[in-house]
Amino acid sequence: MAEEVSRKPYVRAMTWRWIVRHPRYVRYMAREFSCLFIGGWTLLLVWGLQQLADGPAAWAAFLECLKSPASIVFHVLALGFAAYHSITWFNLTPKALPLQLGERFVPDAAIAGAHLGAWAALSLVILYLAGAF
Amino acid sequence: MGERLVELEVLRYHPETDKEPRFQRYSVPCREEWVVLDALNHIKEAIDPTLSYRWSCHMAVCGSCGMMINGEPKLACKAFVRNYEGVIRVEPLAHFPIERDLVTVIDDFMAKLKRVKPYLMPKEDKPLSAGEYRQTPAELNRFKQYSMCINCMLCYAACPEYGLIPKYIGPAAIALAHRYNEDSRDGGREQRQQEIAATEGVWECSFVGACSEVCPEHVDPAGAIQQVKIKSTVDWYTQHLMPWLKK
Repeated sequence: MAEEVSRKPYVRAMTWRWIVRHPRYVRYMAREFSCLFIGGWTLLLVWGLQQLADGPAAWAAFLECLKSPASIVFHVLALGFAAYHSITWFNLTPKALPLQLGERFVPDAAIAGAHLGAWAALSLVILYLAGAF
Repeated sequence: MGERLVELEVLRYHPETDKEPRFQRYSVPCREEWVVLDALNHIKEAIDPTLSYRWSCHMAVCGSCGMMINGEPKLACKAFVRNYEGVIRVEPLAHFPIERDLVTVIDDFMAKLKRVKPYLMPKEDKPLSAGEYRQTPAELNRFKQYSMCINCMLCYAACPEYGLIPKYIGPAAIALAHRYNEDSRDGGREQRQQEIAATEGVWECSFVGACSEVCPEHVDPAGAIQQVKIKSTVDWYTQHLMPWLKK
């Protein structure tokens, strides 16, 4: 007589610990987390525009506010996260936009490099138009 | 050849007697060239015949022996014991229910695989006398890497989206659907789109990219998913903004 076999599949609950299971998940969460800083900076920009519309005194107060240590720390963090998000995102472009020429695919580095190069060039143009040079 | 005593901590679960899984430790004399699967086979043969796990080919072709080794989804037949230090922790593939010990319930993946119709649906049926469906090397290369998938499900164990949202069709099934969509001989894209372009399809993916990192056959499911996203978006805009282009 074969021993009776009962089925009782066990489902393991997924906890938040998956984030630290491997560095790749930490990197991914850092990329996702960057949206908070980018979103925060966008709100700051909207507030700035509102202050500009309210007149010179309000605008001057806004500019003064930007010089505070908390604002500087926030901007450094926001810039860091924005750069991290952009670089990691452009590095993923070869996966989304593979380019086949004849039998072969264009190397990943060329596709990511083209995106990173265009990003750097456009940033320089914007900085130039903003009078940074 | 040298032999070394290696400690393996294996997750055990017997549905007849256990309320929940527990770890059991084994000391296994491992040879230099052994993989984790060899160590498990030694346990089964010489130490504890009650240990259950799936395996077949021992050469990374069948895709049966996927399991979590020190928390990473690996094929046990490709994970050399010499590459690990200390205790090696062996668990069933994450995100799947445990049937018994290291054996998981894979019904969910099998059902999803069937839904995406991972087979050639010729654009037009030709009589046998008309000969084969020809393809150039460039047309073959367009999808070849995706056809390397061995259905080992490591990508599902690596994907947190699948763990959090079990209805997500998941990496391998979408990559295989994409493989046939990209095939110049195929005409079944529209039928597959109903599954993979839906919310449960590519749009559950937030591009963690883990699926492609753990794939033992170097398939790039993350790439396939992003390409399906782009093509589905183009479909949507074509349909809504330029409906006359739609046949």
